[in-house]
Amino acid sequence: MAVELELAPVVERRDVAAVAPHKGRDQSSGAWSWLWPKLVAIAIVVGAWQVVVWSGWRPDYVLPSPIAVFRRLSEDLAHADFYVGVAITLRRALVGYVIAAAAGSAIGLVVARVAVLRRAIGSAILGLQSMPSIAWFPLAILLFQQSETAIIFVVILGAAPAIAAGLLSGVDHVQPLLIRVGRVMGARGLVLYWHVILPAALPAFVGGLKQGWAFAWRSLMAGEIIVIVSHSPSIGQQIQFARDLADAEQLLAIMIVIFVIGVVIDSLFGTLDRAIRLRWGLLGAEA
Amino acid sequence: MKGNVLKLSEKHALSVEALTIAFPHGDRLLVALHGVTLDVKRGELVCVVGASGSGKSTLLNVLAGLERPSNGRAHVHGRVALMFQEAALLPWLTAAGNVELALELRGVRNPARSRMAAELLHRVHLDGFEKRRPHELSGGMKQRVALARALAQDADVLLMDEPFAALDAITRDLLHEELERLWTQTGLTILFVTHNAREAVRLGDRVLVFTSRPGRVAHEVVVELPRPRSLDSPELAVIAGRITDRLKQEMRDGG
Repeated sequence: MAVELELAPVVERRDVAAVAPHKGRDQSSGAWSWLWPKLVAIAIVVGAWQVVVWSGWRPDYVLPSPIAVFRRLSEDLAHADFYVGVAITLRRALVGYVIAAAAGSAIGLVVARVAVLRRAIGSAILGLQSMPSIAWFPLAILLFQQSETAIIFVVILGAAPAIAAGLLSGVDHVQPLLIRVGRVMGARGLVLYWHVILPAALPAFVGGLKQGWAFAWRSLMAGEIIVIVSHSPSIGQQIQFARDLADAEQLLAIMIVIFVIGVVIDSLFGTLDRAIRLRWGLLGAEA
Repeated sequence: MKGNVLKLSEKHALSVEALTIAFPHGDRLLVALHGVTLDVKRGELVCVVGASGSGKSTLLNVLAGLERPSNGRAHVHGRVALMFQEAALLPWLTAAGNVELALELRGVRNPARSRMAAELLHRVHLDGFEKRRPHELSGGMKQRVALARALAQDADVLLMDEPFAALDAITRDLLHEELERLWTQTGLTILFVTHNAREAVRLGDRVLVFTSRPGRVAHEVVVELPRPRSLDSPELAVIAGRITDRLKQEMRDGG
């Protein structure tokens, strides 16, 4: 949790400073107004959790108290094994996501350009997006056994359609007037794409990248829980072990880690998205 | 279109002959322009006035090569630039970036490109705004950038589709002066479409009055008032008033 709370406000401040340098004095209060609702939300969730624990609904060894979990989390954070696990998971996420981004962009681009392909697989790409990635695992395990490749395969299948779909919808929704302007200036075909259509599709593409990340992260966690790769104590594997050993404190501590990593990376996409909107003047009154 | 350029007489920058444009509209055919014939001489500034639905924008699209005629011919001698009611600047580029893109697409390479862009922005009085993005500029400034971008295309003919219709009166007045000055300096040929008869008389050497549904040249007015003209001058108001009456009459006759 500490990572998120430190990182995000700094980024936010820089944005505010870029738009309205004269509002310098309000910066700290701006960061505070960004922060306090989140702190209150966390306090409410943790409080509710504690109340349920106090109610005795489930025994301690099944549903431990927040304090016990946070204590365990801080112990984990002091241990090298924890970072080894996080590194394994993040490396898989990165490899899978980068391949998915490359493949998704390439497919999106080609499908957007070629009308026949568009008719052939345009709707299939949208359909694939709603395919639950966990349904790919039996096939992935048949194809690649219980291996890292199987996991990454599903991460790619989970993320690439969303990224391709983002690019496609971006290309579809370029203002016709901008295309006319490009054509009047003599841009045709790929030149028009490069100078007008692709830049205009950028916000939707970033939306697709963000969505793709969410799918990649979900697929990765499902994969690490289902596909057991020996000698790789990834986060997903640790959560599965914790369940096998009925170590509820560890299980919940790792769930918090998974949540925080997801939120931090999502907020990076949010920052990118805001930066683009700011540059384009799409933020309006918010800026 | 290019094959016919040679047929043009040397003094004509563009010529339109018996041009008809029809679009399929539901199960019917919508005739936007019917048998339009007009010539514009090199260096001439001609205004087209008509109510909405008179196919004025369609005419410009055909001349810019964005639409094909159903019948008849439209020839432009040389390169065409087109300006719209919205400035239609690319929002991810700065003012200078927008102008530079037009230069780049024309094949101008870089050291010269940024220098020329700065110079063009200077010509439309936008010094100091080169690095601004479109959303940081006022409506009038955006149209100035669009004008600089059109000039960057080094076109022989500038087609303008109600470019100042969305601006306030004072800004519009300033841009009229600016356009007139640039036109005098460059010797551009301009075809300027508007629904405002006063604006047409303020700017045009000639004013072509279009009727609606289908669009057709109903009337031609040669404006002999000396330049620079004032939008508020009584002489201008008289001519504009006559054009407006004519438009109203055409609309009544047309049903």
